[in-house]
Amino acid sequence: MTHFGLPDDALALRDGLREVLTTACSTAVVRAAWDGDPCEPLWKSLGSFGLPGLLAAEAVGGLGLDELSFVAALEEAGWHGVPGPLVETMSYLPALDLPVDGSARLAVQRPAAVNVAYAQVATHVIRPYEVVAARGAGVVQTVDRSRAMGALAPAPTMTIVAKERYDDFARASLRATLGTAAFLLGLARRQVDLTVAYVKERQQFGVAVGSFQAVKHPLADAVVGTEFAWPAVMRAAYSLATGDPAGSLHVSMAKALASDASYRVSRVCLQAHGAMGYTVEYDLHLFAKRTWALANEWGTAREHRAAIARTILERNER
Amino acid sequence: MDLTETAAEAAFRAEARAWLTANVPAVPLPSGDTREGFAMHLEWERLLFEARWAVVSWPAAYGGRDASVWEWLAFEEEYYRAGAPQRVTQNGIFLLAPTLFAFGTQEQQDALLPRMAAAQDLWCQGWSEPGAGSDLASLTSRADRDETAGGWRLSGQKTWTTRGAFCTHLFGLFRSDPASERHHGLTYFLVPLDAPGVTVRGFPRLDGDEGFAEVWFDDVFVPDSAVLGGVDAGWQVAMATTGSERGLTLRSPGRYTATVDRLLALARDHEVDAAIEQRLAQAWMDAEAYRLFTLRQVSAEQAGRGRPGESSLNKLFWSELDIRLHELALDILGPAAELEGPWSKGFQFSLSGPIYAGTNEVQRNIVAERLLGLPRR
Repeated sequence: MTHFGLPDDALALRDGLREVLTTACSTAVVRAAWDGDPCEPLWKSLGSFGLPGLLAAEAVGGLGLDELSFVAALEEAGWHGVPGPLVETMSYLPALDLPVDGSARLAVQRPAAVNVAYAQVATHVIRPYEVVAARGAGVVQTVDRSRAMGALAPAPTMTIVAKERYDDFARASLRATLGTAAFLLGLARRQVDLTVAYVKERQQFGVAVGSFQAVKHPLADAVVGTEFAWPAVMRAAYSLATGDPAGSLHVSMAKALASDASYRVSRVCLQAHGAMGYTVEYDLHLFAKRTWALANEWGTAREHRAAIARTILERNER
Repeated sequence: MDLTETAAEAAFRAEARAWLTANVPAVPLPSGDTREGFAMHLEWERLLFEARWAVVSWPAAYGGRDASVWEWLAFEEEYYRAGAPQRVTQNGIFLLAPTLFAFGTQEQQDALLPRMAAAQDLWCQGWSEPGAGSDLASLTSRADRDETAGGWRLSGQKTWTTRGAFCTHLFGLFRSDPASERHHGLTYFLVPLDAPGVTVRGFPRLDGDEGFAEVWFDDVFVPDSAVLGGVDAGWQVAMATTGSERGLTLRSPGRYTATVDRLLALARDHEVDAAIEQRLAQAWMDAEAYRLFTLRQVSAEQAGRGRPGESSLNKLFWSELDIRLHELALDILGPAAELEGPWSKGFQFSLSGPIYAGTNEVQRNIVAERLLGLPRR
């Protein structure tokens, strides 16, 4: 029978991860990543939970789970603002023969990109059809400092990807795009949670500012955006898990909706905080800045819409 | 998560599609919000009823097919894909009927539901009053007890009553306890519009069709059997209907996916630039997102995991979506957009979406207060 929702095992996984991250990924840890800390204890915790190898086969020590569990976990990871190349590592490990215990951290060099995010903290960099050692040549600073980039120095190839794994790489790229969409919605949920708590507390004109419609309405509209993006993420996850030929189209939809919706949330939440949010001392900016970066990573909303337009204008059906 | 259609669902969909293909009028009917268009729509409604497609989710005893919500969604998708006529009976079938099933006595259900399904009784909604729109609980239409006659005497005025000038019956809220305030002391009444003392005046909506009416009640007698769900319990009874109106039953996803299909066909017939292509992709995504959200909402409700404010999220999305879809069509049409036609007509109608069924301002309050937990004042 038709049922649209995360399966119980994905929900249980998410709840378990929430417990782990509540202790292992406080905002103090996120702030440490801003100072260049590779957050070894956090990655050890993620490794013993099994998160890096969530999609990897059980035979190689992975959890052997599907994309529904993947998006459930990454949405939760987004809420905690987990620093480092988690989405990329989870997405590409199944295509490579590398340890799944959190010791291998994979950054990805996007086509035509000079700089690679997380080059400073990654152990490997994936380029089209090869894997190289991550040796960044100097730090290129980013707005979200936990994502510090590096322009890769000429690096010796560690692995040339065999032709028969090209499909695995294409799949990894789709997974990373989808995972980023899920992560963005987690970041958005965190910002809404922070904002709801704040506007209930903050008093002006003798009342909580959250009682004003001028605060409520933009927040409600922003939440409409994320509420309608999440089912698209679930749908795309289901498509990848079941090998739906429209998987790529569904992933584009998920990413375009999540990028726009989460960016909107970041704008509205910052505004609702007034000057309180306009400082690096308060936590909101940690999640807002990651949102700005990821909204344009793995395809901007505009790029994904263009891809969708090419498909739907050719054939008029779902 | 399982999005595969069962064999029974697929067969149901195929049967609906075949019937609609054979029976949907080749030339679209004139607007059902005009007098002559309404009459033509009634013929269509009766055809639907005879083929048992009028109320698919109802029990067979009342003319339905006991369809599951998934089958109902499939039927709606096929209905709009086929370009079938608007449902002029919808306020009865989709707004009153769920309330009747939940609160009606056996006698009320047996007397009213079959006639409603067959489009013999045509129901309009009597909630808004000149002084009570978003603030529905401020309504002042009265129901005075008449012990001698064993019933109630209604007085007051309702307005913006959709298709009120063409309907035969009205369901509405009246203040039955004169000492009461706000949402207390209201009663939900079922009123025949041919009762002595009722005056109905149709008036044109924004698009010029006589789709609105004012309804006056001057000492109109109704018997006790006209009360739905208990004296002074009208607010709770009515809220059951608002849930239906804001959410699923009024605006099925098939409506928007079909509009997007027509929009894409329109775009193929015109020169469109990259900016329009971006908006077409957005339109396609949004209609699809609405469909997926609905599937999720239905699944959650069936699992007992529905959330407060969910129907308001739904209403905010479809009402804004409908406007965007029509704006995009008009932008593609360019100077031809000002011509009377299905897109300009649809555009004008879409503008009512954020107003009726509870304004979007009210819906945003509901999302902020009930879903997010922000303080009321």
